[in-house]
Amino acid sequence: MASCSDKELEIKSAVLRLALLKYIKNANAGHTGGDLSCIDILNVLYNDVLNVSPENFNDPGRDRYIQSKGHAVEALYVVLASKGFFPESDLETIGRYRSHYVGHPTRHVNGIEFNTGALGHGLSISAGIALAGKMDNMNYRVFTLLGDGELAEGSNWEAAMFASHKRLDNLVAILDHNTLQITGRTAEVCNPCPIDEKFRAFGWVVTHVDGHDIKDLRSVLRSVPFVTGKPTLIIADTIKGKGVSFMENVVKWHHGVPDDGQYKAAVRELELRIKELDDKTA
Amino acid sequence: MEITDKLTTGRPNLEVYSETLSAMAAENSDLLVVTSDSRGSGKLVPFAQKYPEQIVETGIAEQNLVGISAGLASCGKTVFATSPACFLATRSLEQIKNDVAYSDYPVNLVGISAGVSYGALGSTHHSIHDIAALRAVNNIIIVAPADNHETRMAVRAAAASNKPFYLRFGKKPMPDLYDEGAGFDIGKAAVLTDGDDIAFIAFGEAVAPAYEAAQLLYREGVGARVISMHTLKPLDNEAVIRAALECKAVITVEEHSIFGGLGEASAAVLMEEGVAVPFRRVGIPDEYTVTGSQSDIFRHYGITAGGLYESALRILKSQLKD
Repeated sequence: MASCSDKELEIKSAVLRLALLKYIKNANAGHTGGDLSCIDILNVLYNDVLNVSPENFNDPGRDRYIQSKGHAVEALYVVLASKGFFPESDLETIGRYRSHYVGHPTRHVNGIEFNTGALGHGLSISAGIALAGKMDNMNYRVFTLLGDGELAEGSNWEAAMFASHKRLDNLVAILDHNTLQITGRTAEVCNPCPIDEKFRAFGWVVTHVDGHDIKDLRSVLRSVPFVTGKPTLIIADTIKGKGVSFMENVVKWHHGVPDDGQYKAAVRELELRIKELDDKTA
Repeated sequence: MEITDKLTTGRPNLEVYSETLSAMAAENSDLLVVTSDSRGSGKLVPFAQKYPEQIVETGIAEQNLVGISAGLASCGKTVFATSPACFLATRSLEQIKNDVAYSDYPVNLVGISAGVSYGALGSTHHSIHDIAALRAVNNIIIVAPADNHETRMAVRAAAASNKPFYLRFGKKPMPDLYDEGAGFDIGKAAVLTDGDDIAFIAFGEAVAPAYEAAQLLYREGVGARVISMHTLKPLDNEAVIRAALECKAVITVEEHSIFGGLGEASAAVLMEEGVAVPFRRVGIPDEYTVTGSQSDIFRHYGITAGGLYESALRILKSQLKD
């Protein structure tokens, strides 16, 4: 994989943020806050970590990415479009009558492995794929993105127990730990913490990363697995709405759509960010 | 078609299921059985002993069982996810819908000890709702074999279908209902006995009592057609319509709630076709069943040779009065 600099990936993140806001605004729907919290993770995964591309998507040896928190689909769509899985203009049809671009991932869209969005499914599916890889002596890795609110789904813990029992060190769960869910603070809705201790008790290796620090994300995501025979949980500390100051850490942006003024302000802020990064590079 | 006087008692369909899997595993190292602490009730211990690398144990976690199975199937494995029908079909319904059927990965979901097979263990362990739940899920084939022959054929057909599949098995030894060398097609009902007075349309372990009722009726000069509707989805609409047009009355027989099962499915076919026929659903009514063995429960709700014999005479008699 051609390696980008950290700076190039930082610029890409801002460009992807602009794109996902554009299509959310166009569709007048989307999970804006969660898209913005996980976009840096997806950017690093697809551009620096995963061995997956439109060319090898049918290759049994490809790395797999399963987006368990399917509602952040706009982030996935813009990343897949930028990787060439489909023309970006397709995203103008998100949510439209008969469009394949649904508000949660489906296999009708090139690059998507599973129809997800009902929470608590991705970890079991990923464990199955990881187990198949072990059985077949394949070297691929399976990455899945979970939400912190999603951890209340009990099926996650069934899968967590199974994955360590089967020593699935080719399985990497990334937690988009933005600490908010639709009702409010995740800690106040049904506190999943301490997440790291829980997963460690289930036999996982757990590490933390700043989910918006490209350099940190690259270094952590490229180093897995950390311990042979153990599945990995990467707790990515993120900010819901990250990159658009008035959306950051505000629960209403879970699935809020900006009005015209807010959209303009968001675009201005992100364009300024790109300019700053460009200037630094120059 | 001759009505055989005495049915030869075969083996539990589950044993034949396990044996068929073993035979298939010998030719296909990608065949996997996934169980949720259910290898014993699934008669899969011999399979596990013979092919220890081809059985995956998830522990008692049916949602996880289905998600894992979908992941395995997406990597080209031929998966038979085997778990008690009562837990598999509805506890994991969302995984069946999304991970298997909506995502379109060919997992074979095998509901064991289905219907009221668990008898006196009670309604927690009965699955008289699995067909109703799964019929409403798009992109899944539903098959409930009646005897050892249908079992053998259905298991192979499921593996070959490369589609999401639900197979439903009871526990008790089943009589052989077919002649040797009989065929079997998914979606095509089997007419086991000819007759044009009454038609019994049944599936799974309810077919045998319907067959025995036909024997009793035959002695009384009443011709009963017994149809094994082994495939609940896609339903063989033509067989239902033909039965209604050619017989004086139709009785559906199911080890399932009469809500959402074969009876309602058949009735819908006939209504839409504009065929009016005296019609009765025999199955479990809207209640938690009486306590007892599977046989007790069958007897209580008239899913027996005697019960069906009487139901047939009653419906035919009421028709004469009209």
